[in-house]
Amino acid sequence: MLQSKTRDGRWFQIGVGIFLTTVLLIILIPFWRVIVTAFVPLDTYITEGVPFFLPLKKWTAEAFTQLMGHTQFTIALRNSVIITVLGVAISMTLTIPLAYGLSARNLPGRKLIVAIVLFTYLFNPGLIPVYLLVTSLKLQNNFLAVILPPALSVFNTLVMMGFFEGLPDDFKEAARLDGANELQVLWHVILPLSKPILLTIGLFYAVFFWNEFFTPILYLNDGNLIPLPVLLRNILISSSLNEFVEYNAFSTTSVESLKAAGVLITMLPMLLLYPWIQRYFTKGSLVGGVKE
Amino acid sequence: MVAAGSRSTSEHSLGRRVRAVAHSMWRMRWMYLLMTPTLIYLLVFKYIPLWNAQIAFKDFKPLLGVTGSPWVGFEHFQTFVNSFYFSQLLTNTIFFSLAKLLLGLPVAIICALALHETVLRRYRTFVQTVIYLPHFLSWVIMFGVLLSILSPGDGLLNQIIERLGGQPIAFMTSPKYFRWVVVFSDIWKETGWSTILYLAALLAINPELYEAAAVDGANAIQRIWHISLPGIVPVIVLVTLLRMGHILEAGFNQIFVLYSVPVYSVGDILDTWVYRQGLLQFKFSLATAVGFFKGVIGLILILVANRVAKRVAQQGLF
Repeated sequence: MLQSKTRDGRWFQIGVGIFLTTVLLIILIPFWRVIVTAFVPLDTYITEGVPFFLPLKKWTAEAFTQLMGHTQFTIALRNSVIITVLGVAISMTLTIPLAYGLSARNLPGRKLIVAIVLFTYLFNPGLIPVYLLVTSLKLQNNFLAVILPPALSVFNTLVMMGFFEGLPDDFKEAARLDGANELQVLWHVILPLSKPILLTIGLFYAVFFWNEFFTPILYLNDGNLIPLPVLLRNILISSSLNEFVEYNAFSTTSVESLKAAGVLITMLPMLLLYPWIQRYFTKGSLVGGVKE
Repeated sequence: MVAAGSRSTSEHSLGRRVRAVAHSMWRMRWMYLLMTPTLIYLLVFKYIPLWNAQIAFKDFKPLLGVTGSPWVGFEHFQTFVNSFYFSQLLTNTIFFSLAKLLLGLPVAIICALALHETVLRRYRTFVQTVIYLPHFLSWVIMFGVLLSILSPGDGLLNQIIERLGGQPIAFMTSPKYFRWVVVFSDIWKETGWSTILYLAALLAINPELYEAAAVDGANAIQRIWHISLPGIVPVIVLVTLLRMGHILEAGFNQIFVLYSVPVYSVGDILDTWVYRQGLLQFKFSLATAVGFFKGVIGLILILVANRVAKRVAQQGLF
């Protein structure tokens, strides 16, 4: 009886294992293809296209050195870093005080403020009205054009508010009795206790700004201001007439390898940040809020 | 006399209440000061666009400005509803939303159940780490990844098709396949991340139920069918309702990156059309009208979804 049950369980477990491995491979194989394409040497590419396995002794990082040696690429990389760092700084400066204020349940007028905030989340007047605002503020070809309009995420604010609400009141009260004002309470008491949530929300904002490509296309027309994802898109949709392909005439690497290397370099910061992000959301602190 | 007396006490208590509120507002003055910059930000970047949206009802001329342009009522809405694009855009938008939901939901549930059932804990964490990752990558990166699978020259899928003796297919530019490229690439990217909610619900199920089932001799399939699935039904209902509330959001970033002229007829959605009409053809008012139309429908749908969620799942969305 018990044996038959464990045997039954074992076959079931094998099935579950096979299923999970299949899912894993479906996710990993496309990335694997990109990696192989980026490192495959030109002669192999010309004779047999992109192989499934990388030739062990023949791979080359030529595509990466070529891309990193191209000034347009390094400028785009710099722009992406600036947009991300500045964006996270501005977003956090806007999010933290609002989340903190809304976490005070007894604040007179709190309901009104919640309504003002929530309405911006529920009703989106669309692209053009924001475009008119940005142009009327003369923000074209300014990083602020891609940073300010999406800088405050209502969702992130509510998650942070939930965290602040969960902090014990004793510390705040003690500080207030000592004559500290709310700014001091926030700075000296709340923020040091809130490192996990600050890191998580900061990383969410960082991911958002790093990935942004539509608003830069819209507002940053100066070639020296475009961030990495926009450049990557231009490289990916380029035909053989594009400037990125012309130095392929020196033929040390293929266009396909350059494209794949571009994809990997754009992914890299996310891959490096990822273990940090992952650590916090698997803990479950965000689970209640992850409805999007 | 009595009535006059009670009125004076009620006035008295009203005055006291006002004073109490004023007092607590004064006590919290730093809090308001702290929130002021963010509230000003919201006013400028969220509420001025709302004011600008009035050009949906105007014939907007950049030289005349938002307030100076003449009113035309619902003209742009009528133009749009009567245009040949209306049904095409609505069809494409709703098709993408529904297909992503209906095909993605079962996959996510099955993945969550498999992750929940496996006894290999380390392997489970590893699989979770990998399948959450694509959620954090932009659609530009996804475009590059998709090309490595689907491009007619070097794409893995086309290499396989050729090896099997078939002709390579230009999936990304073929009207026949483009819609499914959109749907399945979205499922590929987001399914892992969406398992989080179901997994959390599965972990919240009382373990005693599983123990009791084991004593009763239930097998794995019975356990899943009678305990796990009923346990996550509220979450499934909630997620479905929220997605229905966002049915007009078919994934602008994704389609903007993936589509091209040959597939406009099957790939164009409301948002991409608004972008091209407004910012490439400079029909600001028409594009704003369509965006506004979408915003109003979206607002109504999300409010209805919230109401239904409160009734059905005893839990609102906000």
